[in-house]
Amino acid sequence: MRFELTEEQMDIKQAVREFCEKEFEPELARKLDREEEFPWELYRKACKLGFIGIHFPEEYGGGGYGVLENCLVVEEMCRADSTLGTAIILGDFASEIILRFGTEEQKERYLSKVASGEWISAGAFTEPAHGSDLAACLDTRAVKEGDEWVINGVKTLITNAPIAHFFITLCQTDMEVEPPYRGQTLFIVGRETPGLDVTKIGDKMGIRASPTGEVSYSDVRVPESAVVGQLNKGFYHSLTFFDESRIEIAAQAVGIAQGALDRALRYAKEREAFGKPLVRHQAIAHKLAEMATKVEAARLLTYKAAWLIDQGKLDPALSSMAKTLAGRVAVEVCDEAVQILGGYGYIGDYDVERFYRDAKITEIYEGTREIQLNTITRWMLKR
Amino acid sequence: MDIIVCVKHVPDTTEAEVRIRPDKKDIEKVDLPFVINEWDEYAAEEAILLKEKYGGTVIAITVGPPEAEATLRRVLAKGADMAIRVWDDALEGSDGYVIAKVLANTIKAKGLKYDLILTGAQAADDGYALVGPMLAEMLGIPHATLVKREEVLDGRVKVHRELEGGLEEVVELTLPALLTIQTGINEPRYVSIMGIRKARKKPLEVLGLPDIGMSPDEVGPAGSWLEVEEVYVPPAERVAEILPGGPSEEAAKLIEILKSRGLI
Repeated sequence: MRFELTEEQMDIKQAVREFCEKEFEPELARKLDREEEFPWELYRKACKLGFIGIHFPEEYGGGGYGVLENCLVVEEMCRADSTLGTAIILGDFASEIILRFGTEEQKERYLSKVASGEWISAGAFTEPAHGSDLAACLDTRAVKEGDEWVINGVKTLITNAPIAHFFITLCQTDMEVEPPYRGQTLFIVGRETPGLDVTKIGDKMGIRASPTGEVSYSDVRVPESAVVGQLNKGFYHSLTFFDESRIEIAAQAVGIAQGALDRALRYAKEREAFGKPLVRHQAIAHKLAEMATKVEAARLLTYKAAWLIDQGKLDPALSSMAKTLAGRVAVEVCDEAVQILGGYGYIGDYDVERFYRDAKITEIYEGTREIQLNTITRWMLKR
Repeated sequence: MDIIVCVKHVPDTTEAEVRIRPDKKDIEKVDLPFVINEWDEYAAEEAILLKEKYGGTVIAITVGPPEAEATLRRVLAKGADMAIRVWDDALEGSDGYVIAKVLANTIKAKGLKYDLILTGAQAADDGYALVGPMLAEMLGIPHATLVKREEVLDGRVKVHRELEGGLEEVVELTLPALLTIQTGINEPRYVSIMGIRKARKKPLEVLGLPDIGMSPDEVGPAGSWLEVEEVYVPPAERVAEILPGGPSEEAAKLIEILKSRGLI
């Protein structure tokens, strides 16, 4: 057992940290948070340096590294700034589905364009009526007509929808089969396909530089080559993808928590109250110690879950545990960070309130905390 | 254009609380993070830019313990072709003279070919600015210090040197030559993921004193010309100069002061 990053992994962490230290301006983060805009310039710079798609193979423009290295990038970016970090690291969201299940042609066509920053990807799973219940009979349906598939339906709360170039869309393709999740299929649908429409969903609590939207499909026609993975296996492919992607969200939560802790610690060292620095007051010092302990525990669980995937030993329960713990820790640590900064923590200029708002989503998207607990329980009972 | 760039792994004290070691000969370095010396970062970037423009190779050398390889890997990731680390525990506590000698002997022992040797103008830790000029003397080549710009000509190099009071001096040197690089000469690139991946396959050679024909008694405090007597924190002082006159006079005086210190 080795609880140590390799030199190369430390170099990766360092490279991301330096990039963020120089490029992530708090002013920009506050502005994009207010205006709900995506950090395009930073995103392209990050892509150019290979930070996006670091886990894609080199032949598709990636870095040739694994899920753990991707987590290191995600963690450092979100640590530097929760708003800019989350927006940037989600730019390639769901393209892992193509990476894991796509054909050679699909990988060549899409992955290199995602890694280079030319294209943004999106995963369209959630529906207005079903939310987290993907196992239900989906309202978004794809029907075969000749050699084309015709898609009709609505997906909502879709990350990147307003800026994505393509949507990996989960559709019901067999309306009769029981249980219905055995009749779902994934399709790649380009933004420009006639009949596809996007409406931006504004006014989110947090992650406001990461645009969200509703995607509607009205007689959207795609060729057979748009199918990702196997026909009627879309649900299973999606679950496998979630087992991987929720580790990325766990890393995001770890980063946000660490970033809030960094800021709280810095403040507590500088700020004096009742004649001495805040850190010299045990009530505050113990808070910081507990925050650090939680962050480290969440980090270790996240790294282990990522490492298991890279070893080819994916453990869905552990992925869910990592996300559950890290998400909770992010919210709790941000809460305490705001508390330590007191009145200043409640104001935008000190950023921890923004971290707090950005942290909450990690307990909601990619499977709510409750869904994660379902997964963990299911695997416990199986063993 | 074959270039050797000499780099140093130094403690980063920007955010740390610096404490003096109990023997008062140095600062306490145990808990400090280490980074590439800032000046060397610019020197390495300049070497890589020249290589990208004229072709050739960049070899990075450092004298330091195994941890110093992080700095070498960084330079490799940015584009250097190979790296050499020289170390022996006896080297601990060496002055600039010894380091220059180790570097000169390394270059000679390995038979390294070079048109240019670049070093940082000084190190962020001890700040002597000795190694560059001494190394040039030992190799018998011309050198220029505090270089802010250079232009490679046929068999020569024209350089702009930073002088006091915002002045610049332009000199020409015959190649091979050694330049000590001032910060701000370029904009050092970020380390990329592709660079880190490539760096893994580049050679990083580790040499000991016997490999470069030196013995432990030539290095460390025994071989050094300088001896640190005491390191101490200067007493805190509060000195403020109030500029006389109206706003325009004050502004003029302020500009004059900033210029004379080379700050603008």
